[in-house]
Amino acid sequence: MNVLAAPAKPAGGPGAAEKAGGKTLQRRRGRTGYLLILPGFIFMLLFFVLPVFSLLATSLYTKPPGADIGQFAPALEFGNYAVVLGSYWPELLRSFAFALVATAAALLIGYPMAYLVAVRLRGRKLLQGILLVLIIAPFFTSFILRTQAWKQILADEGPVVPVLRALSLLPADGRLTATAFAVVCGLTYNFLPFMTLPIYANLERLDTRLIEAGSDLYASGFTTFRTVTLPLSMPGVIAGTLLTFIPASGDYVNAALLGNNRDTTMIGQVIDSRFFRVVDYPGAAALSFILMLAILVLVTAYVRRFGTKELI
Amino acid sequence: MRKTIGRWLVPVFGGLAFIFLLVPIGYVFAFSFNDAGRTNLSWRGFTLENWLNPCGAPAVCEALGNSLQIGAAATVMATILGTAIAIGLVRYRFRFNATANMLIFLPLATPEVVLGASLLAQFLNIGAELGMGTIIIAHTMFCISFVVVTVKARVASLDPKLEEAAADLYASPLQAFWRVTFPLLLPGIVAAALLAFAMSFDDFIITNFNSGNVDTFPKFIYVAATRGIPAQANVIGSAMFLIALAIVIGGQVLSHRRSKLLAAR
Repeated sequence: MNVLAAPAKPAGGPGAAEKAGGKTLQRRRGRTGYLLILPGFIFMLLFFVLPVFSLLATSLYTKPPGADIGQFAPALEFGNYAVVLGSYWPELLRSFAFALVATAAALLIGYPMAYLVAVRLRGRKLLQGILLVLIIAPFFTSFILRTQAWKQILADEGPVVPVLRALSLLPADGRLTATAFAVVCGLTYNFLPFMTLPIYANLERLDTRLIEAGSDLYASGFTTFRTVTLPLSMPGVIAGTLLTFIPASGDYVNAALLGNNRDTTMIGQVIDSRFFRVVDYPGAAALSFILMLAILVLVTAYVRRFGTKELI
Repeated sequence: MRKTIGRWLVPVFGGLAFIFLLVPIGYVFAFSFNDAGRTNLSWRGFTLENWLNPCGAPAVCEALGNSLQIGAAATVMATILGTAIAIGLVRYRFRFNATANMLIFLPLATPEVVLGASLLAQFLNIGAELGMGTIIIAHTMFCISFVVVTVKARVASLDPKLEEAAADLYASPLQAFWRVTFPLLLPGIVAAALLAFAMSFDDFIITNFNSGNVDTFPKFIYVAATRGIPAQANVIGSAMFLIALAIVIGGQVLSHRRSKLLAAR
């Protein structure tokens, strides 16, 4: 792995061989390393790091009296944070609650999927390959088209509602669309592959002899799962839950298409409308910043509690 | 009895999960054949008209063209920048290695709304005009991380001895790179590029913040969703699905053949 530590070999080619003593080679190679990463990192600095500071600056702007719409003056108006938190804490909490339920549901659905393909079907390469393609298949169709398809499936005239009504699982005038249920269902669906793939990648490397050893020691299937398989697959579970929870808490496509805009509004919708409809850039920026910090805190606490160092 | 239940539980539950995953795709596909008229919400009868005339709905192909251009530009930039970073990070030591890894990891751990909003704040502050350029920049930014992660895995699995062997055989570092390292990395780079294109093509949230008046394909569908999405959008979505499926299956077959060929030697 460590090229620099490897004994320097005279690099061939005319001219290069003479210069390539041990030390020269190392230094030259070091410089190549910087040349390789620098362009990309400058790009990331300009368009990821700097914008985050731009967002922070914008969140502290103030609207001078008599200014036009969209005109703000640089300031240190920390009151913006209090204002947006005061107005939008329900949306913020709801976003995290929806994301949490969707993550739990995706784990319940995704784990058996990953287990089926990675452990139960081990050795059956073709079937494994086909099912793996099916897991990533949703990525091949537009995310918004699929969410729209859910809207049609769950609609009053769709195939699900009449069946549920006939079975009395839903009151005669009960609906599925425009409910929190539909939004969480959409979130679960849309981020399911992000949950399944890391767990699959982890379970694929699981030594099945450990499961056999469990049953040799008279452990029931469930006990073996709880004490052997699940702990070993925790890195995959953690990666999957993070990859589901983070995008789900910031998502607003599901809430906009499947929700009803009154008691399903998520924080992403608020940020979007603060920017574009209300033209309140500082408020929108403050909300974005709060969302980012909240996620950072939650994720750090979660990784500290359950995590391994493998992740970051 | 309990054992049998246990044995069947995983396949049954897993199978249901696959159905859950695939039903909406089937829906998108089925409704691309709907004789829909203006709103494609309920089934009105089978037609091939939408497939024969995919640009029939106003503005849908313009949005598709924009998405393809943006995807191509962002993919090329992100793949070049990201591959260089991946090679650099794995093969060389830096004093700020942890910071560098963090910088790649953070965009992946930030919700899209925040990425979109911060770029928008930046563009507003410097007075940049929103359009194709800003979308391409935004897409390149979030695609770089995916490329780095994908290519890094490939670089890390590569035996540095191969390059040393090339050097022993008097190849210059550049020759060794282009003749030995690059061909070995190519499958990883291609996979990363395909992933980047797919991410760019399907992105809505970051795009929505930084697109100004430009319509991309996902944005077109999102805006149309309030009035009814034309069946042509389903045709394009289904066609992209089939193309992606063909690429993935083709790639699988190719790598299968390659490993067989190598084994035969």
